[in-house]
Amino acid sequence: MSDVLTVAEHRQGELRPVSHELVTAGRELADANGGELHVAVISGDVDAYAEAVNRTGVDAIHTVEHGEEFNHDVYSQAVEQLYADLDPQYLVMPHTVNGLDYAPAVATSLDLPLATDVIDFSHNGSLSVTRETYGGKVEADIKVTGDRAAVTLRPTEWEQATEAGDAVVEAFDAAIDEEAIGSTVTGFEEVAGGDVDIGEAEFIVSIGRGIEEEENLDMVWDLADALGATLASSRPIVDNGWLPQNRQVGQSGKVVTPDVYVAIGISGAVQHLAGMSSADTIVAVNEDPDAPIFDVADYGIVGDLFEVVPELTAQFE
Amino acid sequence: MRVLVTVKEDEMVDDEFEIDGLGISEQYVSYELNEWDDYAVEEAVQLSEAAEDDEVEVVTATIGPERSEETIRQALAKGADRAVRVWDDDLADADVLDPTMKAQLLAGAVEEVEPDLVLTGVQGGDDAFGATGVALAETVDYQWAAVVNDLDLDEAAGVASVHRELEGGVEELTDVDLPAVLSIQTGINEPRYASLRGIRQAQSKPLDVYTPDELDIDLADLGSKLTLTSIAEPESESNTTLFEGDAGEQAEQLGDLLEDEGVVEG
Ligand SMILES: Cc1cc2nc3c(=O)[nH]c(=O)nc-3n(C[C@H](O)[C@H](O)[C@H](O)COP(=O)(O)OP(=O)(O)OC[C@H]3O[C@@H](n4cnc5c(N)ncnc54)[C@H](O)[C@@H]3O)c2cc1C
Ligand SMILES: Nc1ncnc2c1ncn2[C@@H]1O[C@H](COP(=O)(O)O)[C@@H](O)[C@H]1O
Repeated sequence: MSDVLTVAEHRQGELRPVSHELVTAGRELADANGGELHVAVISGDVDAYAEAVNRTGVDAIHTVEHGEEFNHDVYSQAVEQLYADLDPQYLVMPHTVNGLDYAPAVATSLDLPLATDVIDFSHNGSLSVTRETYGGKVEADIKVTGDRAAVTLRPTEWEQATEAGDAVVEAFDAAIDEEAIGSTVTGFEEVAGGDVDIGEAEFIVSIGRGIEEEENLDMVWDLADALGATLASSRPIVDNGWLPQNRQVGQSGKVVTPDVYVAIGISGAVQHLAGMSSADTIVAVNEDPDAPIFDVADYGIVGDLFEVVPELTAQFE
Repeated sequence: MRVLVTVKEDEMVDDEFEIDGLGISEQYVSYELNEWDDYAVEEAVQLSEAAEDDEVEVVTATIGPERSEETIRQALAKGADRAVRVWDDDLADADVLDPTMKAQLLAGAVEEVEPDLVLTGVQGGDDAFGATGVALAETVDYQWAAVVNDLDLDEAAGVASVHRELEGGVEELTDVDLPAVLSIQTGINEPRYASLRGIRQAQSKPLDVYTPDELDIDLADLGSKLTLTSIAEPESESNTTLFEGDAGEQAEQLGDLLEDEGVVEG
């Protein structure tokens, strides 16, 4: 009962990188207890995924062939049956959109404590996890009651396991109850391309909720024009319909890699950072000196964007 | 048809704040309708407005102390028909209400209200577990879909056709059998502001308060499985070079930087 079971993630034929992060974290957790690390690979081309996830640190890989793409009922049933078979102590899943769709169901069904979006953990006889609350303003340490638990891990917090491993790969014969499958994936859609591809831009000015009103956006268009930069934004601007979806930077929008990214009135939520933290130079303009965006910014202005933006525009007009 | 919307009061913290024990000092805290739930309420109200003859009733459910009635009234002012609030003072002792515990309490409300459709938010803005909706679905044995940014309901067929917003600008199209719990993502609609009339009407809409006991839930069996041991401001990993001075001076230094980086011409 000291083992760890993690669940690999794939989509449209590709193993997703978070799977290799789960291997690193799962290994850490298994080592803390002298246990083994098991990885479940469910649906799609399981043999190819098993090979891709077979990295140093993995002791055994269990494949469940059933359907092509992610279906939460198939995942839940497969994971629950693997759990019954392997009797692991910890179940480690990704805090991804698909993770959000099955991990809480699995934990509920198995009556396991569930800690989500975990960024760190420690193990001294019992499990403690670290999570962020209040939009990253606070870090909370949480002790998990009992000796078993399910956790979901925030992507990109752990390094990816990179070295080829030699874990045994075994087909697991899960009895999937088709009757219990209450949802059907009918297809995928990509967000429309639109007028610009911010993914290609070398110089981005990006605006966030600090702009407050749609009318104020003119000020930022003027800035982008004066600088010759491409205008992008955080999610709330797109949610409000002030800019089209193809301008959204972040986890559910675009990943951008410009030479310079100027984030104005953007707090730097993890889902936003996922889209821009690999820009070469990051500049933040924010009135809150503790905003998480300053953790990734190379340069910054702590101040009121309504004062700074017109001054900057004036310089280049 | 009846739609239940779970509504949470989001604990908002000022930019400047102080930590007091395992919480934030009261004077830096305010409460608002959780952003994601605002979209869920709007979606339910739009379903009700699109239906003929008041066929869709919208009920909200909240786990929260009396204070949360202010948030609940906001949802009522935006068009929900009535509200259910679940609370017991013993719950105030828990410093974290974990998602599986919340799911069990909300399951009591589901059994009381018997909705065909439950809409939750993807996550709370404060705790951000992102788990209560799907845990609730499993608890009450409904179908579900997480992170929904488009909903098309075919009541006659008993199917909700949804888009699930995945990472990287990809959406998954999924048909979900009813009854179902859907966790609603921001951007699915444009939440309205409550009208003055709405705010007035909200005062007289039914808001029923239940103890867990009254919903046949034994708190002794529940107990949060997550215990807060400490909270802290994260250590800044910041290596930011700050531009000092007044706005004009700051902007000038930023301008110089952009020239040095070669992205603008001086
Ligand atoms: C599943 C999921 C996917 C998501 N995907 C994305 C995504 O792809 N992209 C994304 O961006 N978000 C995404 N989010 C949302 C994300 O969690 C945050 O809510 C969002 O990034 C916040 O946007 P913001 O920084 O503009 O707003 P806020 O967090 O509200 O920040 C506004 C900032 O402006 C500052 N400010 C206010 N007024 C001024 C002023 N006058 N001058 C200077 N500064 C000022 C404030 O100090 C604050 O830091 C996702 C969330 C979920 C759950
Ligand atoms: N105390 C609560 N009362 C009512 N609904 C809640 C409560 N906590 C969470 N929820 C619902 O569950 C969603 C996800 O919350 P969480 O899992 O805590 O991030 C929220 O958007 C709400 O719709």
